[in-house]
Amino acid sequence: MDVSLTWYLLVAAALFCMGLYGVLARRNAVAILMGVELMLNAVNINLVAFWRYVRPDAMAGQVFAIIVYTVAAAEAAVGLALFIAIYRSRDTVVVEDIDLMKG
Amino acid sequence: MSIEQFVFIALSAITLLGGWIVITNRNLYRAALGLVLSFFGVAGLYALLDAGFLAVVQVLIYVGAISILIIFAIMLTRRVMDRTAVQHNAQWGISALVALALFGVIGYTLLFRAADQWAVSSTGLPEKPIEMLGEALVTTYALPFEVASVLLLVALVGAIVIAREK
Repeated sequence: MDVSLTWYLLVAAALFCMGLYGVLARRNAVAILMGVELMLNAVNINLVAFWRYVRPDAMAGQVFAIIVYTVAAAEAAVGLALFIAIYRSRDTVVVEDIDLMKG
Repeated sequence: MSIEQFVFIALSAITLLGGWIVITNRNLYRAALGLVLSFFGVAGLYALLDAGFLAVVQVLIYVGAISILIIFAIMLTRRVMDRTAVQHNAQWGISALVALALFGVIGYTLLFRAADQWAVSSTGLPEKPIEMLGEALVTTYALPFEVASVLLLVALVGAIVIAREK
C-alpha cells in the first residue's frame, strides 16, 4: 500500500471540518443536513481506513460503517420530514425564523 | 509517484471539491449536486481501500437514495430560498475559524504527534472479505444489526407520520 494511513485520516478530517462549517454557518435547514451528511461520510472514511490498515482480518470497521449508513438514512428521512412539516405550518426553512421554543 | 497514489489524490480532490461546492454554493440545488460528487469520491476511496461492498452500498444508498431525498426536499421548499438570498448567517466568520482550528489541531496531531505510529497490520486482506462481513453481521454483530433494522423501521414510520397532511 503506497498511501499511508495518515493521508486517509487527513482527507477525512478536511471533509469533517467542511461539514462542520456547513452546519454552523448555513441558514437553510436542508443545507445544514447536507453538512451533517458530509461529516458522517468523513467518519466512515476513517472507519474503513482503520479497518484496512490496522485490522483487515476482523470485520468490525466495515460493520460500524454499515451501522453509520443506517443511522444516516434514518436521520435524513426524519430530518427532511420535519423540514417539510415546518415548511407547511410556518412557510420557512430558515433556521433563524424557526424559533417556536424561544422564551 | 505510483498509480495508487495518483488515484488517491484524484479521488480526494473530487471528494473535497464536492464538499467545497456544498458549503459555498448559493444555489442549493447545485450544492446538492456537489454533495453527489463528494459521495462518488468517497465511494472511490472505499474501492481504493479494498472495501468493494461498501463502495457499492455508498453509491446505492448515498448517491441513489439520500441525495434524491435531499433534492426532493429542496424542490418542495423552493419558494422560500430564492437564488440571490444570502445563504450564510451572521456567525459564518467564527464558524470558519472554528472549523479551520479543528482541522489545524487534527492535522498537527496526525502529522507530528501520531506520525504514522499506527499498529499497521501486514496480514493482508482475508480471502473472502464479503462472506466474512455477512457472517459477522449475523453472528458477532447480530444484536446491533437487529437494532439498526428496528431503528430504520421506526424512522420510516415516523417520517411518514410527521410529513403527512393533517
